[in-house]
Amino acid sequence: MSQLHISISAEPIFSLGGFNITNSMLTSVLVTVLFILLILIVSKTTRKSTKPPKKYSFQSIVEFTIESFYEFVKGVVGPVKARVFFPLIATLFFYILVANWMGLLPGIGSIGLIKPVEAESTFVPLFRGATADINTTLALAVISMVMVQFYGFRYLGLHYLTKFFNFKSVMGFFIGILELFSEFSKIISFTFRLFGNIFAGEVLLSVIAFLVPIFAPLPFLGLEVFVGVIQALVFAMLTLVFINMATISHEEEY
Amino acid sequence: MDTNFVVGLTIAIGGMGPALAIGLIVGRALEALGRNPEAAGKIQTNMILGIAFAEAIAIYSLVVALIIKFT
Repeated sequence: MSQLHISISAEPIFSLGGFNITNSMLTSVLVTVLFILLILIVSKTTRKSTKPPKKYSFQSIVEFTIESFYEFVKGVVGPVKARVFFPLIATLFFYILVANWMGLLPGIGSIGLIKPVEAESTFVPLFRGATADINTTLALAVISMVMVQFYGFRYLGLHYLTKFFNFKSVMGFFIGILELFSEFSKIISFTFRLFGNIFAGEVLLSVIAFLVPIFAPLPFLGLEVFVGVIQALVFAMLTLVFINMATISHEEEY
Repeated sequence: MDTNFVVGLTIAIGGMGPALAIGLIVGRALEALGRNPEAAGKIQTNMILGIAFAEAIAIYSLVVALIIKFT
């Protein structure tokens, strides 16, 4: 009977001058390559709006996706701000969505090498879901929260700092300190929400496939597809809401 | 105390609070939806947001259980 292989940290495949390249990094590169290919295909086959449109062309699918997500973002923050925030939010959403789904494809996690790890030979998968690695989700979370601060400073200037250092009242001071800590706890929360959901899904699929390989993994694969969408949506939407909260000036709060 | 016992207990107890919380959130959201069907979009968006926050706690306890189990 083969062993069930679960490892909470991504395993290094090779090292470039002392820097370990892990299998989840390889999958991230794969996701990026996929997006670049998509962009190239769309830019080469796009028909200008003066030509008559084909029904159900690839261009119309892409336009529909982007536009419906833009309407969603507009519904949350309003048309003026949606124009500014949409590139970041849409990138986060689509990147995390494809990275989550890539972990479900056959071959990710099953094709690998036999490598000696800590004096015994174990099976090391060549690819691993990109978001099933804490490092990836931590990086995404740090990007999100840094962009929140960036937009806060851009919209409110130095007045943004009065959110954290509020000397108007004693209560305000403690709320300001709490807000400061909560910015850091949001990073942790983002990281572990995405990592926990996707990694737990991978563990679940591994265990089910190990126990009952025929037909039983099907509903769990469906669940994982759904969870991938929801987690990508939640990450992007929470980032959007935090940016919105950081950029409203105090006069227009109510 | 066996390790597996502790792991199981971690996720079992850690999942109770978030399950209750999500149930309450969705219940109140449905109530609000019944009172004011026009605000469906806003209610839904805020409900999903609230559910994400509540579920994050369950995910924390799951991650702790996985860490205890596999290291």
